Amino acid sequence: MAEKLNVPQEQEGHAMLSPKGQQRRRFLSLFAGTAAAATLMHACSNNDDPSPDNGVNLGGGDIGILNYAYALEQLEAAFYIRVTQTFFSGATATEQQFLTDIRDHEIAHREFFRNALGGKAIPTLEADFSKIDFNSRASVLGTAKAFEDLGVAAYNGAGKLITDGAYLLLAGKIVSVEARHAAMIRDLLSNGSFADSTAVDANGLDMALAPPDVLKVAGGFLKSKINASNLPTS
Amino acid sequence: MNIEHIITELEQQDPELHDRMSSRRSAISGLASIGGKLALAAVPFALGSLFKKAYGQSTSGIVQVLQFALTLEYLEAEFYTLGAAAPGLVPAGPPTGAIATIRDHENAHVSLLKTTIISLGATPVPKPTFDFSAGDGSGNGPFKGVFSNYPLFLAVAQTFEDTGVRAYKGQAGELISSNDVLTAALKIHSVEARHAAHIRYMRRNLTANDTIKPWITGKDTGGIGAAVQASYNGEDVSAQAGINIVGINGTGVGVNAATEAFDEPLSKQAVLDIVAPFIV
Repeated sequence: MAEKLNVPQEQEGHAMLSPKGQQRRRFLSLFAGTAAAATLMHACSNNDDPSPDNGVNLGGGDIGILNYAYALEQLEAAFYIRVTQTFFSGATATEQQFLTDIRDHEIAHREFFRNALGGKAIPTLEADFSKIDFNSRASVLGTAKAFEDLGVAAYNGAGKLITDGAYLLLAGKIVSVEARHAAMIRDLLSNGSFADSTAVDANGLDMALAPPDVLKVAGGFLKSKINASNLPTS
Repeated sequence: MNIEHIITELEQQDPELHDRMSSRRSAISGLASIGGKLALAAVPFALGSLFKKAYGQSTSGIVQVLQFALTLEYLEAEFYTLGAAAPGLVPAGPPTGAIATIRDHENAHVSLLKTTIISLGATPVPKPTFDFSAGDGSGNGPFKGVFSNYPLFLAVAQTFEDTGVRAYKGQAGELISSNDVLTAALKIHSVEARHAAHIRYMRRNLTANDTIKPWITGKDTGGIGAAVQASYNGEDVSAQAGINIVGINGTGVGVNAATEAFDEPLSKQAVLDIVAPFIV
């Protein structure tokens, strides 16, 4: 089931990171704990060979980073739009309220990037949510947790790749909201896991991931291929 | 006085010296060529100026930001350390676990910032004496009883976390010249946001008030009131970079969501004003 990320009101994006083997392992193991994980990782390792010569090119410099964020926000928004169309069975009022709020935040992020990028914006991406069981609380919240933690790590890793202080501040305004989402989703799954050792290390630090590592994971949910070959790396 | 010898020795201590100075090559060669003519006493000043360019100019601003962050982390670390140790304050079970988790993170942030400041050749600022009643040392401020009144404790915790997120956000631009320090600050910043979300969730559950959410709506204090309003002023922004977020591109994004979707920075001075009553 592939879905156009651009349902009447949405699209998404996300953004920035830095590499760290240990953190990446931590993140991937976190992912391995989710319901959809096994298939997901399988898909990642197999269909994720973004040939530098094809796919949706994010561009270079700060614009490339903003498009990277836009791509991730497109994915998140599409996911929550689908989640809120028909909630998983047994969704509580609190869960419905939070998931609806998060949907609207992600739509706001997506549309903000779309407008900010103007003519340089990448097109609407096509999602592939076939691995997600939208009737299953564990599947929906497990995927949401993975998306939110990934988003935080993505923005944290991309911060250093941004050269314009105004863009850095905008990314900073968004990443803390993604971190709030991540904490909330984690608490819905297990109260008190908002910042446990699968998310935050012994130094009290959140994760940061470089774009290629983020896109490997995100690519498992996209039919569209992303070409990040022109993104800055330091 | 052999300046090149000094630089060679320094390079043994700091293998990256040459890279730091790569843009100052002409300055180095210029100095070396006139070295023989300089009075011995003048050399340290010339070198000092050179090294200020190599290290000082970029790191002094960074150290200032880190000292500022350290002060805030001292505040949070001591607050949670005292709160976790206060008999009968935090209920057993998940609340105790959550407060311990946050306490440990804040203490880790203190250690990390101290280490980083030392590595930049500066001395960490000492830990201030705090008055968590916000009474400027009187112990009789608006939050008197914070370590015996659990709802009040959570209210102050929420304010510290939300303020901390805004404080780091306001300083990010100052760190843009150092990838490592910026990334570390971002990694702390998002952890503070996770804390804020959880403390808000705890308050929501405690008070059965479903208007308290993990994110900040407008400039609402979540029922804490005027004493903490300064920590929330300016959070009600609904346009970003000149782009109005409400109803953007025909979507159903309402004003509440528009303000919740973006956290706003606070200036250093605004943060200092907020925490001043807590510092004796």
